[in-house]
Amino acid sequence: MLKMLKDKDRIFKNLYNDGGVDFESSKKRGDWSNTKEILSKGKEWIINEIKTSELRGRGGAGFPTGLKWSFAPKELKTRPHYLVINADESEPGTCKDRDILRFEPHKLIEGCLISSYAVNAHVCYIYIRGEYYKEGQKLQQAIDEAYEKNVIGKNSSGSGWDFDIYIHYGAGAYICGEETALLESLEGKKGQPRLKPPFPALIGLYGCPTIINNVETIAVVPTILRRGGEWFSKLGNPKNTGTKIFCISGNVNNPCNVEEEMGITLKELIENHAGGVIGGWDNLQAVIPGGSSMPLLPKETCDTIKMDFDSLVGEKSGLGTAGIVVINKDQDIIKCMARIARFYKHESCGQCTPCREGSGWMWRMLERMARGEASRDEIDMLMDVTKQIEGHTICAFGEGSSWPVQGLLRHFSKEIRERNKFDPIVKENKNIPYLVDQHLLDKNA
Amino acid sequence: MTLRKISKNQPENFEFTEENMSKIKNIISKYPQGKKQSAVMPLLYIAQEQNDNWIPLSAMKHIGKLLEMPYVKVYEVATFYTMYNLSPVGKNFIQVCTTTPCMIRGAYKIVEACKEKISKNENELSKDKNSSWMEVECLGACINAPMMQINDDYYEDLDKDKALKILDQIISGKKPTPGSYKGRLNSEPENNRKTLLDVKNA
Repeated sequence: MLKMLKDKDRIFKNLYNDGGVDFESSKKRGDWSNTKEILSKGKEWIINEIKTSELRGRGGAGFPTGLKWSFAPKELKTRPHYLVINADESEPGTCKDRDILRFEPHKLIEGCLISSYAVNAHVCYIYIRGEYYKEGQKLQQAIDEAYEKNVIGKNSSGSGWDFDIYIHYGAGAYICGEETALLESLEGKKGQPRLKPPFPALIGLYGCPTIINNVETIAVVPTILRRGGEWFSKLGNPKNTGTKIFCISGNVNNPCNVEEEMGITLKELIENHAGGVIGGWDNLQAVIPGGSSMPLLPKETCDTIKMDFDSLVGEKSGLGTAGIVVINKDQDIIKCMARIARFYKHESCGQCTPCREGSGWMWRMLERMARGEASRDEIDMLMDVTKQIEGHTICAFGEGSSWPVQGLLRHFSKEIRERNKFDPIVKENKNIPYLVDQHLLDKNA
Repeated sequence: MTLRKISKNQPENFEFTEENMSKIKNIISKYPQGKKQSAVMPLLYIAQEQNDNWIPLSAMKHIGKLLEMPYVKVYEVATFYTMYNLSPVGKNFIQVCTTTPCMIRGAYKIVEACKEKISKNENELSKDKNSSWMEVECLGACINAPMMQINDDYYEDLDKDKALKILDQIISGKKPTPGSYKGRLNSEPENNRKTLLDVKNA
């Protein structure tokens, strides 16, 4: 028996734009209905309600939102606070924020107002990737409308809180989805991540306390506060609560965005909502469960896996952005991952050497492996390269670029070995350790 | 990282038009006092728009003066972000996404279509000097793959024939309707919708 999320529990009722995006239509769906009342309950109440809901960030890392907000200084001192919305959605396989920007802009704007109030910010910047120019224009229209109706601006929604919202466009850099790179970019520099600590909640945009959240995280806030944190926390599994927009792309019959309960099985998502794998379930080769940074899952795991943060971490992968890329047996899996490696090589910001150089190495090795031109020992060498990148960079891009390759090596090394049978160029590497990294010789490493 | 090539033919002077100057004033006001530098990205976009879709070095110098920041800082930004074109591109600027989700749904067929209709190599102007195309990384429309972006518009759910038709129209100066070319509503599952049906049928 399929247990589908009921329509009345869906937060994004206009995900496909059946109902129009203007202020009045949004109001009919419940946006802006009692914003003043919500704000009058106070900052403490809002943050506590979000903590009760156990909402975890929807941008990839899954950090508890209520906790993040509580890191902002409680009192406004000499420095202003900022709220920054991360709409730099560039993770391959992910396109949920685009539909929120296009079709549910008022949910986002209302969420911005409420969250800004909760973290003491009077100004909110929405950082949209440059390619989403049209989506940004739609959002700008909605913002203008909101100013006209006095729900934001001076004395927003009659709450006495002054609030301004501005859009800032990126210009095609994936790395600006990393929060500190995004801040650098907002400050008019190249988007290279900063070292943490200090965390942006204390020293962020222009050196002021800044809270950065994903579009989806902020857009669900008003609904949670209306229906209660309790309601949200009852959906899904403990610690992995609520609903989530899943983007199902790749080799499925009906690729789509769909909002579902957290913890739904992957098979149900693919079979029920996306019309099944092209060529049937048995034709499934692998699935990337959370945007390209997350290691792929082989078919055996896909049969049973539940889609939430903790279940996927248990399989050495992650929910990430919930961008599901389905790859069937008609595709060459090594080539697919080589293309992802090329993406990371292209998008590395160049700040840390392991990532700047390593992402290129991984790409070139994988391309060779896809063509069957690599030698047998290169498989271990590739694993070694990923280990050299992972954890040795300022931001999580290092993990993001090496995890998918590790996933490939973990689950498909047989395929690679079958295709790449050349003898190693250096046959007895034990005698020439200066050519090889020492820890490669150590069997326990 | 990507290597960005800067055009050899550079115009000597660049000035913003009066209309753009008022836009710029508006943009700078979005950022706090003394944080003018934040406006460098929007300003580069305006320069690009004004100068036939590419940014000459003189524009960077001009922006540096306007925002009271060193020229090299503007140069850094312009060369870091891939959406700033540093050498001339076609008036019809076509970007085909070929990252894995698009690739496995046949993005390279769209590339073939571009090669046939526009130019053999990417970043090369077509014979009539009006169009150019390039492969780009994920454009964030994976469920509508394969897709291409022409100037600001997304053309989604394509195959080679559809792409050829769209390119024909673009080359002949028309503007085909953007969006999905499968007849589905945005990102809904085609013919398989199971959610929010009462809203759809309302």
